[in-house]
Amino acid sequence: MDNRKWFILCAGLIIGGVAATLVKLGNPPNMGFCIACFQRDIAGALGLHRAGVVQYIRPEIIGIILGAVFTSMFAGEFKARGGSSTLVRFAMGMFMMIGALVFLGCPLRDILRMAGGDYNAVVGLLGFIAGVATGVFFLRKGFNLGKAENSHSNAGGYIIPLFAALLLFLLLKATVFNPDAGGPIFFSKEGPGSMAAPIAISLIAGLLVGFLAQRTRLCLSGGFRDFILIKDNYLLLGFLGIFAGALILNIFYGFFKPGFAEQPIAHTMHIWNFLGLYLVGLTATLLGGCPLRQLVLSSEGDLDAGAVVFGMITGAAVAHNFMFAASAAGVGIYGQIACIVGIVFMFWIGWSYREA
Amino acid sequence: MEKIDVSGLSCPMPVIKVKKLMDQGSQAISVTGTSQVSKENVSKLAVSKGFKLNIIRDGKDEWEMELTK
Repeated sequence: MDNRKWFILCAGLIIGGVAATLVKLGNPPNMGFCIACFQRDIAGALGLHRAGVVQYIRPEIIGIILGAVFTSMFAGEFKARGGSSTLVRFAMGMFMMIGALVFLGCPLRDILRMAGGDYNAVVGLLGFIAGVATGVFFLRKGFNLGKAENSHSNAGGYIIPLFAALLLFLLLKATVFNPDAGGPIFFSKEGPGSMAAPIAISLIAGLLVGFLAQRTRLCLSGGFRDFILIKDNYLLLGFLGIFAGALILNIFYGFFKPGFAEQPIAHTMHIWNFLGLYLVGLTATLLGGCPLRQLVLSSEGDLDAGAVVFGMITGAAVAHNFMFAASAAGVGIYGQIACIVGIVFMFWIGWSYREA
Repeated sequence: MEKIDVSGLSCPMPVIKVKKLMDQGSQAISVTGTSQVSKENVSKLAVSKGFKLNIIRDGKDEWEMELTK
């Protein structure tokens, strides 16, 4: 095994270990990191949805963005570029979030849930792999969202980092200057949104993950995609590392509880666990990266990935306002419809955007 | 020498396009691209397919390489 493979395996082990430790320090169970859940919490904290139990400005997201920004600048890879079907990507980001909230987690949390003994997450993984395979089918058919152009100014690349800086300010200040509505910033007083590791630790954990993910190009959909497409296992090693790192520390901390029933922030509707992550896997493969990878790319100046990030935040707001998001009780009828609509939408985009 | 431009394409499009040429039997391919990630991925594919790499240009925002059997 060459050095790069050892590096991504170790990066995965560290990320998995850090995730388990964040739970130990106060994060919700099996949710040391979850790009989708944490963007959803941010959407709630900004008042974009009113699900009172999932509102918090997650420092991990801020840390990942800033970590990836500094790392890419240091590596000379920070470059504003965009223009590859930006609005399409925004809409795809919305549906990727809806899929994640039907399952209750992004691919990263899927690994962490498996490492906590949640068998529902294994069902989700099967859906995820099936989704990636479907995406690969479209890629082989010539799917392409088009070329991005390097911008003549890097200014646009600073929008996401400045957004992260603003979030950090709002997190520390949590100011209320709209007393009638109680906002503009909302923090959960109960439920998952109220469970959080200390801000400084979460921020440092995020910075570390931002650095590691930027350097290794870690991408959870990319792992299965590359394996199916070109029999390359590089990114999959990152996936395995996260699982192993989290599993070891979950056992050590006493968090590992195998089974389907009564898993934290999870439901047991197998079809929707499967189809939720199916939608995420398919969308991520068409976009060129999972939610974590999109967040990291957006921090390197990729304006199209930035559109995906804002699409996901918008999708989270819609998902909770329209009752698409699942709960421990399962997925409601509206969430089931939205998930199917999302899959149909991706098939339409996947088929329409074939190159001649 | 067949030429292909993978500038501005997101993952894994650069790899797919180069692999397509390889699968069609190309023995010599000239590839240009923009991102470091696509450079890494195309290089990795070339090595795994037994091609020799010759980096012509390796700029910050632009690269060019020749792949030959």
